[in-house]
Amino acid sequence: MLLEQILNGLTIGSTYALVAIGFTMVFGVLELINFANGSIYMLGGYITLMLYLGMGGHFLLAFVLSILLTGVVGFAMDRIVLSHLRAKKAPKLTGLIATMGIATVIDNVILLFFGSQTKPYPNMIDFGRFYIGETAVNSSQLVILAVAILLMVLLSLLTYCTKLGKAMRCTAQNADAARLMGINVNLIIALTFFISSMLAAVAGTMVGMYYQSIDINAGFTVGMKTMASAVLGGVGVLPGAMVGGLLVGLFETLGASYISSGYRDAIAFAILILVILFKPAGLFGKKKINKV
Amino acid sequence: MNKFLETVACNMGKIAVALVAALILFPWVFSSSYILRIVTVCMMYVMIALSINLLTGFLGMMTLGQAAFWGIGAYTAAILSTRLGLGMGLCMLASALAAGVLSLLVALPTMRLKGYFLTVVTLGFGEIVRLIEMNWMDLTRGPLGIAGIPSPNFFGIDLSSNRQIYYVMLVLVILSALLIFSVVHSRVGLAIMSIRDDDLAAAAMGVNVVKYKIMVFILSTMIVGVAGAFYAHYINFIDPSGFTTAASTDMLVMAIFGGLGSIPGTILGASILIILPETIRALAEYRNLVYGLIIVILMMVKPDGILGNVNFQYIRQRVQQRKEQKGGGAQ
Repeated sequence: MLLEQILNGLTIGSTYALVAIGFTMVFGVLELINFANGSIYMLGGYITLMLYLGMGGHFLLAFVLSILLTGVVGFAMDRIVLSHLRAKKAPKLTGLIATMGIATVIDNVILLFFGSQTKPYPNMIDFGRFYIGETAVNSSQLVILAVAILLMVLLSLLTYCTKLGKAMRCTAQNADAARLMGINVNLIIALTFFISSMLAAVAGTMVGMYYQSIDINAGFTVGMKTMASAVLGGVGVLPGAMVGGLLVGLFETLGASYISSGYRDAIAFAILILVILFKPAGLFGKKKINKV
Repeated sequence: MNKFLETVACNMGKIAVALVAALILFPWVFSSSYILRIVTVCMMYVMIALSINLLTGFLGMMTLGQAAFWGIGAYTAAILSTRLGLGMGLCMLASALAAGVLSLLVALPTMRLKGYFLTVVTLGFGEIVRLIEMNWMDLTRGPLGIAGIPSPNFFGIDLSSNRQIYYVMLVLVILSALLIFSVVHSRVGLAIMSIRDDDLAAAAMGVNVVKYKIMVFILSTMIVGVAGAFYAHYINFIDPSGFTTAASTDMLVMAIFGGLGSIPGTILGASILIILPETIRALAEYRNLVYGLIIVILMMVKPDGILGNVNFQYIRQRVQQRKEQKGGGAQ
């Protein structure tokens, strides 16, 4: 029973981790709290569903197209709105309000297209369940965990072993210095949004398949939980977002089954507040020194 | 446009008096209960947006949990008035106290830190408070909500007609605007604005950064707590669905839309954002989409909000200087 709950928690936590990585990457390069991230996660799930139904059952193709399309939405969001604000040297809060506005727009476009009722979602990764000892394991859980781990490894390689990743880390450290070194900062930021939105689309689709349903309120809660995950692990640190996401998923599943299911969504935040109380930089974050 | 702003800047006092006078006369001109209701709600949101502006605009700390304190105020008033039969005046005091004391829970761990921590912790606090309201059946009756909250009354005087409720709210919003105005234009105001601009420099000048941050946060939540108590008495029924993080973000958008650090801006911004959705009601299901687009477009056109970078004091000084120079030339 306990092992099953842990597996459930890790499954859902790994999807939080994917979204949280995107959130933390954007925060890293822009110091912007991207409120549209949750909506983009939901958008990815809906686009996959729409393409799957529209193309008559080519799920894999629909999934890939949806990931790309959602990535383009994120890219466009930066290119049209946020880069414009950066060019005007707008205060940081403006960007945040703009992402809130974008989230409202995305949510309502989805509402207009799909209506407010919960939609059934095809589960293409369900190959039955089997037992390891006493523990029941669902194949979709394994697929989700495998995909999430694969993506995390790929992202780590991208960030720490490629030129593009180096450019991203440079931009995060100091955008002006990066520009002086010949890095196209605006393109790097837009690409970060592209990657972050793609990750959100993967997570949105997988969660849709896992629960076999998708509804219009999914984005907001997940957006908040991934924010909590990112801060829990240490904002701007990739491994932090991964561990943070897994921990949030784990704690909320365990809390829901052993403490009270009503407080499921509160548990993640209670832990977050405790962590901030004792280790403000997050589990993996480094303490910043105040410079004058 | 410059001319217009100069005129506004020089006659700020007169405009404020005229606005109050217009608001006092308003219910005698328009008697439709629909319009009175919109203006009453609008004034309540102006009060809430002002409290956020004090915290976010003048102190520079962003909150995403203001609806939670609004809810704490509303629930305190609802529980006290339905179970103990307290009047509205006492309920408002109790709500302000409850919101202020609970805000310490958030303020003590976060106010020592810089940056986005308050934002994230208030967000989490808001969710926790909402779930407590949902699940603590004995106290809050959970999702059923608390019904039968008595209409506004003041020490036995019944104030339940639309017009009377309107005036109760008018008094509250004027009091809170005056309170925030006097705080901002006092030594405390200078201290908190110096913290916003550079907290290290402020600390070096002898400003007790943590103390002022906590003080302003408590004040801001107390104001919103009173607004919550009014809301409970006005609507007569509350349930947890109104006090969500979505409501908090709406409130924050109002403050930033009007312009951070500007009291006239906040009044204008909150009024526009409350009245606008009512006027575009004809768009039916496209309403929220248009609302979102308007916010994005305004942020792109005027990143500081409507009146965010308009410093009326500075404009007034310049006009006065010009007048003095002209006078000097004539002599």
